[in-house]
Amino acid sequence: MKQQYIDVYADNRDLIKANSAPCLNIIRDAAAEAFKITGFPTHKDEAYLYCPTLQYLATDYGLNLKQIEPKVSEKELFHCSVPGINSVVVAMVNDQMRAISETLPDGVVVCSLKDACERYPEEVENCFNSLASKHADAMTHFNNMLAQNGFFVYVKKNTQLEQPLQIVRMLDATIEMMTVAHNLVYVADNAQAKLLLCDHNRKGSKVFHDTLTEVVVAPHARLELYELESTSETTISHSQLFVTQAEGSEMLLNQLTLSNGITHRHTVVDLDGDHANLWLGGMVLNDRQQKTENYTEINHNASYCNCKELFKYILDEEAEGAFSGRIIVGDGTKQTEAYQTNRNLCLTNTAKMHAKPQLEIYADDVKCGHGATTGQLDETALFYMQARGIGKEEARMLLMLAFVADVIDKITVEPLRDRLRMMTEKRLRGEGVKCNNCSLC
Amino acid sequence: MLEIKDLHATVAGKEILKGLTLTVRPGEVHAIMGPNGAGKSTLSSVLTGHPAYTVTSGSINFYGQDLLAMPPEDRARAGVFMSFQYPVEIPGVSMVNFMRAAVNEHRKYRGEEPISASEFLKLMRAKKDLLQLDNKLANRSVNEGFSGGEKKRNEIFQMAMLEPKLSILDETDSGLDIDALRVVANGVNTLKSKDNASIVITHYQRLLDYIVPDFVHVLYNGRIVKTGPKELALELEEKGYDWIKQEFGE
Repeated sequence: MKQQYIDVYADNRDLIKANSAPCLNIIRDAAAEAFKITGFPTHKDEAYLYCPTLQYLATDYGLNLKQIEPKVSEKELFHCSVPGINSVVVAMVNDQMRAISETLPDGVVVCSLKDACERYPEEVENCFNSLASKHADAMTHFNNMLAQNGFFVYVKKNTQLEQPLQIVRMLDATIEMMTVAHNLVYVADNAQAKLLLCDHNRKGSKVFHDTLTEVVVAPHARLELYELESTSETTISHSQLFVTQAEGSEMLLNQLTLSNGITHRHTVVDLDGDHANLWLGGMVLNDRQQKTENYTEINHNASYCNCKELFKYILDEEAEGAFSGRIIVGDGTKQTEAYQTNRNLCLTNTAKMHAKPQLEIYADDVKCGHGATTGQLDETALFYMQARGIGKEEARMLLMLAFVADVIDKITVEPLRDRLRMMTEKRLRGEGVKCNNCSLC
Repeated sequence: MLEIKDLHATVAGKEILKGLTLTVRPGEVHAIMGPNGAGKSTLSSVLTGHPAYTVTSGSINFYGQDLLAMPPEDRARAGVFMSFQYPVEIPGVSMVNFMRAAVNEHRKYRGEEPISASEFLKLMRAKKDLLQLDNKLANRSVNEGFSGGEKKRNEIFQMAMLEPKLSILDETDSGLDIDALRVVANGVNTLKSKDNASIVITHYQRLLDYIVPDFVHVLYNGRIVKTGPKELALELEEKGYDWIKQEFGE
């Protein structure tokens, strides 16, 4: 399975390079060499212990090496906006940027990584591959070997962006296809932004979606990043997200899986400057044979930082979830506060959850805590609600919505929060998450 | 309204109710007293349909309907309400959402439209004042972080919101100080009418000073062994249950 990709690269090296962002080409050969040595990770690797996406790499996927633009109208893509959110919508198909709904606000740049290499070489140079190289593993090498493009978001110094930016990624393929993308987000000093990443797939498209995203949050900057996954059974999503937070920066990172096929998320946040602040959380709603794993790693490399982590899973039917949360408090750091919570509901006997909370503390001056629970809906609460006339199904619904409420409530964009509540309810009622009138999903 | 005939019920394979018979008519207040383990809480659980209890024989008729054939939610919608001895905490579900869901399910059962948001808030405000519950109640999670007294007042508040035909107060006085007891009793008395009835389950006579019963029943060993006027409660308070045990014990 490793060999087929090595061959693809060897045979198409020039073609790949000719259609790629220049910054990616610089690291490509070295990545290919590294991948030759590592191959794909296996379940023996600690970070990939349960990883549900690995087995799907064996499929013989097509790659769009010539970067041919798939046919989809912009109008259809802009349909994916959230009512009342008033966001700038950036439409992507697979790894390609297609259109932007309106003029971007002052101080904000959104373009493809390829364009960014020409227009903002300095900013790209500053951020690109700094995090990926630091945390590189076999999947990073793989991505760097084949990625050709991705998005670039740059929020300039002191820009206070109120209007959310929404990137809609439509996965679209007529054959079994793999998309490989490398994205960059740079929020400069003292800037603020809210970024919403929505993943959808065109009905029936079979896609292995491999992404690597590097996020740099500069001193005193603030970023809210919402990753919203509402794809279907035919989507395999494997992503790596690397974040660095500088001094006094704040980040809210909320990873919401409403519907998917098989997902592995590998998230690493480095708190590199003093007084950095992180909330990292997410929710997973899975049923049927859906599988979702979140591997998270928070590195406290500086003092006076705090992080709160909260992940909740609701697993129905034969769904399988995994959560692995590492928090590493580095030697010599002072006054760290770090808390991790993972709570899971298994609604059936066949749903499975693997939870692995891990705190590694190498400093003395810390306040840390973690907890993980996996269980069923509270039967006494169910009966109490029934005794008030609330039907069993409705009571279950209220309890499940309450269970994930603290993750949804973290969303500061009100229309998005309302939308998520509604979609979560629809999802839990088994009505699916397709928006009204959508012609794509 | 309620006719319980020769009711036998078990929990975890053990027979607790052994032929209980009781009739309740509109406008009446029935007190049920008895020693620990007599079956008082089993009776309230069976009436509300708790899944852990199994009725092995006998019948319960509520306004012509077979109550035992109905799921718990339908019993509630038909007008049976129980004030829980141990109200359940439901983190994340706000009182306002909980009560709105309950009120609307009752309305749906009666074929009525859902209540409007403003009407609902008005109703909630009025009933909350009756039980002297604080203003933040609506947004707090159901019973979460409530004191013992608040939980019991919250039970009667829910009763006020749902206006049941039959209320079962299961040890509502346990854990209440005298002021809270008065507030709770006052709530119950205000809600009393010629059309509804109450079953007050209690260990002590104390509550019956405030909620005056028309009948006092002594439950012992799974059956009602003695029925009398309100003075019977005073007698029990004075003499304890030992004489009942002697008279009706095996």
